[in-house]
Amino acid sequence: MTFTPKIGVYVCHCGINIAATVDIKAVTEFSKELPGVVVSRDYTYMCSDPGQALIKKDILEQGLNRVVVASCSPRMHEPTFRAAVVDAGLNPYCFEMANIREQCAWVHSNESATTLKAMQLVASSVAKAAYLEPLEIRQVAVVPAALVIGGGMAGLQSALDIAEAGFQVTLVERSDRLGGHAAQLHRTFPTLQPVTEMLSPLIEQVSTHPRIRVMIGAQVDSVSGYVGNFRVQVQTGQGEVSISAGAIIVATGFEVFDARKRPELGYGSYPEVITTLDFERMAASGQISLNGRQPSRVAFIQCVGSRDRVVGNSYCSRVCCMVTARQAQLVQQLLPQAQVNVFYMDVRAYGNGFEEFYDDVRESGVIYRRGNPSEIVRRGDRVVVRAEDTLLGESVEVEADLVVLAVGMVPRLDAGDTAGLLKLSRSADGFFLEAHPKLRPVDTAVAGVYLAGCCQGPKDIAESIAQARAAASAAMIPLMRGQVQVEAATSFIDEDLCAGCGQCAEVCAFTALSLHPVRGVMTVNPVLCQGCGACSVACPSGAINVHHFTFEQFMAQIGALIGELELPVALPDVEMAPVQG
Amino acid sequence: MLQIESRQFSKEHGLFACIQCGKCTGGCPMALKTKLNPRMLIYRMLVAGDGFNLEGREELWDCTTCSTCYSRCPKQVNPMEAVIALRSAIVEKGRVHPNVKTALESTFRHGNPLTMPREDRGKWVEDLEVKRMADGAEYLYFVGCSPSYDPRVQHVARAIVRLFQQGGVDFGILAEEESCCGSEVRRLGEAGLFEMIAEENQELFKGVGAGKLFTTSPHCFNTFKNDYPGNGIQVQHYTQVLAGLVEQRALEFSKKVEKTVTYHDPCYLGKHNNIFDEPRDVLRGIPGVKLVEMDRSRQKSLCCEGGGGRMWLEGTNPGTRLAQWRVQEALDTGADILATACPFCLVTLDEAVKHLNAQDRLRVMDVAEIAVQAL
Repeated sequence: MTFTPKIGVYVCHCGINIAATVDIKAVTEFSKELPGVVVSRDYTYMCSDPGQALIKKDILEQGLNRVVVASCSPRMHEPTFRAAVVDAGLNPYCFEMANIREQCAWVHSNESATTLKAMQLVASSVAKAAYLEPLEIRQVAVVPAALVIGGGMAGLQSALDIAEAGFQVTLVERSDRLGGHAAQLHRTFPTLQPVTEMLSPLIEQVSTHPRIRVMIGAQVDSVSGYVGNFRVQVQTGQGEVSISAGAIIVATGFEVFDARKRPELGYGSYPEVITTLDFERMAASGQISLNGRQPSRVAFIQCVGSRDRVVGNSYCSRVCCMVTARQAQLVQQLLPQAQVNVFYMDVRAYGNGFEEFYDDVRESGVIYRRGNPSEIVRRGDRVVVRAEDTLLGESVEVEADLVVLAVGMVPRLDAGDTAGLLKLSRSADGFFLEAHPKLRPVDTAVAGVYLAGCCQGPKDIAESIAQARAAASAAMIPLMRGQVQVEAATSFIDEDLCAGCGQCAEVCAFTALSLHPVRGVMTVNPVLCQGCGACSVACPSGAINVHHFTFEQFMAQIGALIGELELPVALPDVEMAPVQG
Repeated sequence: MLQIESRQFSKEHGLFACIQCGKCTGGCPMALKTKLNPRMLIYRMLVAGDGFNLEGREELWDCTTCSTCYSRCPKQVNPMEAVIALRSAIVEKGRVHPNVKTALESTFRHGNPLTMPREDRGKWVEDLEVKRMADGAEYLYFVGCSPSYDPRVQHVARAIVRLFQQGGVDFGILAEEESCCGSEVRRLGEAGLFEMIAEENQELFKGVGAGKLFTTSPHCFNTFKNDYPGNGIQVQHYTQVLAGLVEQRALEFSKKVEKTVTYHDPCYLGKHNNIFDEPRDVLRGIPGVKLVEMDRSRQKSLCCEGGGGRMWLEGTNPGTRLAQWRVQEALDTGADILATACPFCLVTLDEAVKHLNAQDRLRVMDVAEIAVQAL
């Protein structure tokens, strides 16, 4: 029996988002004449309940077998409309979207060419819809265990949460101890609680937890698989270990900015110039002193390596303002006679209790001077901070016998390697990139891989813990569900055309292709395949197609765009810009 | 009224990126002794609305264009270039300082700012066997104005000639064909004249088939490298070529120079172009030389106050010259020789040594002059 497409077309006004520049009625009328279309309607908001009801009603009453919605980007509402057609008994892959908002109405002015373009986009989607095929959606069982990479505050907390919920956790830490950078800190801000009071119990709980396996001095060598079924090779002191995990949390942390990249500040050449991290060690010893001498003039300098485009760190490191405030206060308390100056550009006291803490610090006698020092030079047995006090509008030279540079946080040097292992994206500043800055702050673009702590950007302890717990919760969604859906729009091989050359396997980022040992052709593991299409492009014999994006579907779509189509009005002559080579 | 359209100006010069942190001014060597305050200048420009009055802003002529401000700015704003552009706005209105006027006119007429006759430009080399570039050579040696005319700096050019001939470098000069590079002209705000000079020089270089070029002065070097439109010519400062000769042992030093030497980084070599190591490599390669560093070295080097047209302008505070502070810093190291690699630094530092009556304790020499003693 030959298949006869019965296509419904639904044109959305999106309020006035589309209707202001596109003649909706004309597009609706136009699409009624397209091959295979049996019904065409328009509505103010197609994504609304009444809008969806229109579609469902037509499917049931008019026996539609393909649906096209002309509205916004599929990133916005494809899931909505897929769910609607499924509700009415269609396969979700029998649905196609024409983006006449972002790709048309929003970027063109109100003229006839805009409506014509909308018509072409609809015609193109309708042409593809006639060739759409229902696809089977698979479910795969999930390994009920998680891998946490990194044993700092964030990694420890994520591991603990997931284990407490009843799942097995492997925690891999590269160095030979747990605790990360927090282990080097003296006290927190603004509560001044000793860090060890929080960190030690956490390490203890993780180390002794029956469901957590801690591997220190270990590193992840390779990761394969997909959400629910990751296979991870870990290099340990005792050799290579294989781990299966349903979800992975990346909590690899940060590095401290190397202040020698701003040589004019003299770090590394003047012993009087130290970093905030050096100061923590000094504070932990209980003595503020340099070469056995107590400083009488102490200068703190903010924003070293942060908010600095020249060293490649445009961002604010967020913690330094409060770290400096706490350290300056400590100096003032331990050495009441000392003159303590904090040089700042802006004081960012955004967190709970931060502004109040900043008030306390100033009231303890610490002087805040606005101006970011330009250089530090030696004068006798002291160093001189050269700056402009921008509130006075005067150049100043402030002598000091201890200068503390508030060094920012930077991505780890090996962040590129980690990103490569897990196929993570990185933001412009080099930290790992979350899937969405607002709505998916702990997810990554890779399903089943989540971010926690400073590997995603500078954070204080409270924020790291919050993100760690969020990442643990997100990771537990697939673990608890026990099954995951895998993408149905995967590639498939025409075995008559395949020569088994393997070029597809070379370009596949998901190791989804392999040579069949008997048949001598390539085979696709549909569970690993993400449907990116790279193999299809690489194949010299055109043997690889991608479901839902087949050659046939594409050609129909392109054919409709390049003019085998009768438009109601002639397109105005538009001069094309030459292609930049 | 010397009014400029400040909004437009701020946009063109990226001043809206400024966060008023004061790093430019904190590091500015002139800010401590004059009214020049790059940060506040930018702020006044930003808050001025549409029009900013340049009348009475004498401090614009204090800037030595040392580029400390730009090298420190965390937002990549360039106050120095803004100052140069503001000078241009003043010069455009015909308001030029008499000394500057003479220098600019001389550059226009004679191809040098020193009011020296053009035909005398090659005189320094008359007793030396030096190829003319027109006869074909691998390198063009662009000598520069003061090395051509100033007897003190001619000594440096002669040293370079000897060193490079000994090292087997195939180079030629332009002699009386050579004309000012225009670096100081541009920094004095004469943008139009600079453009003309640059065009003529480009033609000249093309005409003699120059593929590689080295200069005596970091100022010429910088302007060819960074101010001229790209022309495919490889531009180097002579210390870069010389360091290569020393490293590859194309140049062998046979004598010892038993001296303690401290090196002053010229702004246009160091801060402008990040060339810190090559001159030091040459000095370290000279047998007997003990190289000591001043506290303010490399990125922190203190400007001698000779750049940005300051060879012709007193500035608003002619009192203590930066070069005098600098010489004092050199004296503090106990060095016998204060080495540098820039004609302007050489002259200003020399003068400062005389001013401080320190001739018996410290000699100012160019790196090439020290190296040539070891041949």
